[in-house]
Amino acid sequence: MPKDSGIGTSPKRREDIRFLTGNGKYTDDINLTGQSYAAFVRSDVAHGKINSIDTSAAENMAGVLAVFTGEDFADVGGNPAGWLINSRDGEPMKEPKRPVLAHGKVRHVGDAYAAVIAETAAQAQNAVDAINADITELPAIVDMATALASGSFVHDEIETNQCFDWGWIEDNRAATDAAIRSAPHVTTLSLVNNRLVPNAMESRASTADYDPGTGDYTLYTTSQNPHLTRLLICAFVLGIPENKLRVVSPDVGGGFGSKIYHYGEEALVLAAAKKLCRPVKWTASRSESFLTDAHGRDHVTKIELACEKDGTFIAFRTDTMANVGAYLSNFSTVTPTFLHGTLMAGNYTVPNVYVNVKAVFTNTAPVDAYRGAGRPEATYSLERVIDKCARELALDPIELRRKNFIKPDQFPYASAAGLEYDAGNYDALFDKLEEIVDFGGFKARRAESEKGGKLRGLGINSYIEACGIAPSNLVGILGARVGLYDAATVRVNATGNISVMVGAHSHGQGHATVFPQVVSEMLGVEENSIEIVHGDTSKIPFGMGSYGSRSLAVCGSAVVRATEKIINKATKIAAHMLEASESDIDFKDGKFSVSGTDKSVAFGEVAFKAYVPHDYPHDELEPGLEETAFYDPANFTYPSGAYACEVEVDPETGQVTVESFTAVDDFGNVINPMIVTGQVHGGIGQGIGQALLENCTYDENGQLLSASYMDYAMPRASDLPFYTVDHSCVTPCTHNPLGVKGCGEAGAIGSPPTIVNAVVDALHSGGHTHVTHIDMPVSPARVWSAINS
Amino acid sequence: MQNISMTINGKPVSGDVEGRTLLVEFLRNDLHLTGTHVGCDTSQCGACAIHVNGIIVKSCTMFAADADGALVDTIEGQANADGSLNKIQQAFQDHHGLQCGFCTPGMVMAAADLLKNNPTPTEAEVRHHLDGNICRCTGYHNIIKAIMAASGQDVSAIAAE
Ligand code: FES
Ligand code: FES
Repeated sequence: MPKDSGIGTSPKRREDIRFLTGNGKYTDDINLTGQSYAAFVRSDVAHGKINSIDTSAAENMAGVLAVFTGEDFADVGGNPAGWLINSRDGEPMKEPKRPVLAHGKVRHVGDAYAAVIAETAAQAQNAVDAINADITELPAIVDMATALASGSFVHDEIETNQCFDWGWIEDNRAATDAAIRSAPHVTTLSLVNNRLVPNAMESRASTADYDPGTGDYTLYTTSQNPHLTRLLICAFVLGIPENKLRVVSPDVGGGFGSKIYHYGEEALVLAAAKKLCRPVKWTASRSESFLTDAHGRDHVTKIELACEKDGTFIAFRTDTMANVGAYLSNFSTVTPTFLHGTLMAGNYTVPNVYVNVKAVFTNTAPVDAYRGAGRPEATYSLERVIDKCARELALDPIELRRKNFIKPDQFPYASAAGLEYDAGNYDALFDKLEEIVDFGGFKARRAESEKGGKLRGLGINSYIEACGIAPSNLVGILGARVGLYDAATVRVNATGNISVMVGAHSHGQGHATVFPQVVSEMLGVEENSIEIVHGDTSKIPFGMGSYGSRSLAVCGSAVVRATEKIINKATKIAAHMLEASESDIDFKDGKFSVSGTDKSVAFGEVAFKAYVPHDYPHDELEPGLEETAFYDPANFTYPSGAYACEVEVDPETGQVTVESFTAVDDFGNVINPMIVTGQVHGGIGQGIGQALLENCTYDENGQLLSASYMDYAMPRASDLPFYTVDHSCVTPCTHNPLGVKGCGEAGAIGSPPTIVNAVVDALHSGGHTHVTHIDMPVSPARVWSAINS
Repeated sequence: MQNISMTINGKPVSGDVEGRTLLVEFLRNDLHLTGTHVGCDTSQCGACAIHVNGIIVKSCTMFAADADGALVDTIEGQANADGSLNKIQQAFQDHHGLQCGFCTPGMVMAAADLLKNNPTPTEAEVRHHLDGNICRCTGYHNIIKAIMAASGQDVSAIAAE
């Protein structure tokens, strides 16, 4: 009989009810008695020296309570980068201070250099307009190559615009160079991984409260990781003792990376709340989000693939410039390095891999991890160059990949880029893809498109990513300044229902539904009597939040470990209740029984005994039934997939439409297929957005040209097709208790090269064989120009 | 300041607003009806969509004073009288048509508007109708599927769980 609950089933999401009825509680929905409002004065030039700021007029305006400038925060700490990256020569990266408010210089359009607190939001905004700053505009440093050659600097004190020059793996460099020099065939491709704006639909918001009686602060904020935010504010920026700051991230309207980081606005509202002894609220407008949320991607890359004439891969060499923007955001240094370079062997048995990444400061908003974070950049470079290579050698693109795949019996496999892949079966993914997609019928579909004057292309792709971030001891060696475990507390209440406090944070991923499935499966307790608590540092154990497809693989594992501890203790209590020895107790379907007898007690009875311990082995056991576990993964997890899509290109206009899209992913075991499928859909939507529509651009003066939904092309319903998604190919993760790998980022990683491969294929079918590559977004103008170049 | 009154979700309400107060601000800040969201400042995202006198409106594009005397419906009034989800809301839950939930109120209001005027829309018609509603989470697949299901059409052929 198919299961109707627990692991592997798709219960409807319980959190949906409140979202569908308007009862969600997002940060801006929260109003505190007596709250005041913050508004920020933001630079309208990309680069400038602040000579003076005249706040006197603003201070005297109606309703204004306080005005802050960078000077007020000159003595507090900077918002740090989470990873220290060393350059090839061993020099530590350049790490200029990222202040709460700009001080001395403004470094990108939108850089806040003053803030106003007023009785109403409108009064705060009016006062912002009355602040007069004398700022000498300096030449904007926008283009990365120019920045590296430039004698003027985003941060004068470091006297360079290069943050680091990183090599991975430096010891492989000479061998890779030699392999490429002597290879029978080398395919070279230069490409741009276009800059994106994450665009969670809820913009950032932060409301701070301060209790002068106790000295306690509370911060309501749009965060994917409330404990990490608290740690950054307390240990690095404001120096508030951690036990005096409660960070609450209630319902959060999407994150995609942009809400991992601590931003200066959070520190500002906290400081202001203390100064005024009043709550201070700030909600970003969409325009502020465009200007100041950490952006994503923005790599300029040259990749070389060396191979034998038969297509056997010999080496991959990558040279990348990665834009970090004006300041180092918290994950900005790990994203283009360890989350990118270590994946540059892909799914392949290539012996030589070398990656060089130069990170560059520019007068643009900070750039950081965005859905996929480094891994989409790796996959895009690799899978585009492999496709180009297949064309040059007249090999079938699927066969070329299959020829070089790591085979199932080679796992665990030490990749040439330094990771140990624990499990995978890449051929099986392509077998499944070939089963689902009617490749045989493609010719006929192409002919049909041609009848309508359109060119049809078929794109395929494979990817591997590293998720479940991350083993603390390994990342510590690599420069991480935090551990990346997670934590869960399982509290069985006296009446048998259960609260599970988790360090992971759900901002759309459905934890409230999925985690109870796991606990229910283990305890035999109804899912509906299990409730998840998250997003409040005063309620949950210290966990690292959600990003990098880590919630289930890392925090889910902590939930399993804590639940195992519950079972252990409950078994002891049951043994006492049943007057049997602990080793004779079996636990199954929510019942403890003495093996070989019909004596049993239900889980609920044991829970009650734990809290009403009248007859209880007090000398052996404490009362209560509550356990906490911290889980630190032994390795990354390695989801992989095989994707295919068909596009139609109108050669007259250059317009590309996606006719079909199929994603076959190996996520290991799947707890809730419905939610996993939804995550893949969303990732593909964003990936197609990157491939065809989205582009964050600055002009040469550092003005953001794509600063609203009128200029930044968000994918809309009519831009996207239905997707076919399959996750039936399963090689369970070998090192976490659920055998899960993570699914949040896959779609955004696997889809961009699939689309571009298909577009190039379409153009070739139309005789435009001179087109070997088009940079994303593959807009009508770019396609038309490529055809007509 | 101007005193205005209107009927929201069947209940009479009134309040004092400035001329520049937007309808969405009146709903969220004065009436604490925070189910209607703000996702942009250029009237493009649809998170703020509501019905005014039966017509779909982006409540960030209308002054509260202009809704004086109007019949207004918001997400808070969409459930059935017994509190259960209405057909569209239920279809969104059944087909996983929402993730973070931020675009969802606007999507539900847009869907209700579509189905009122076009009871059995095609896929293309649904996609076209949602042109003013942005969702960043779902890739739209399950939203389209949910709306078609809510219209009573068989969606079992539409791919995936
Ligand atoms: S808030 Fe009204 S359309 Fe975006
Ligand atoms: S569900 Fe998150 S924006 Fe649509």
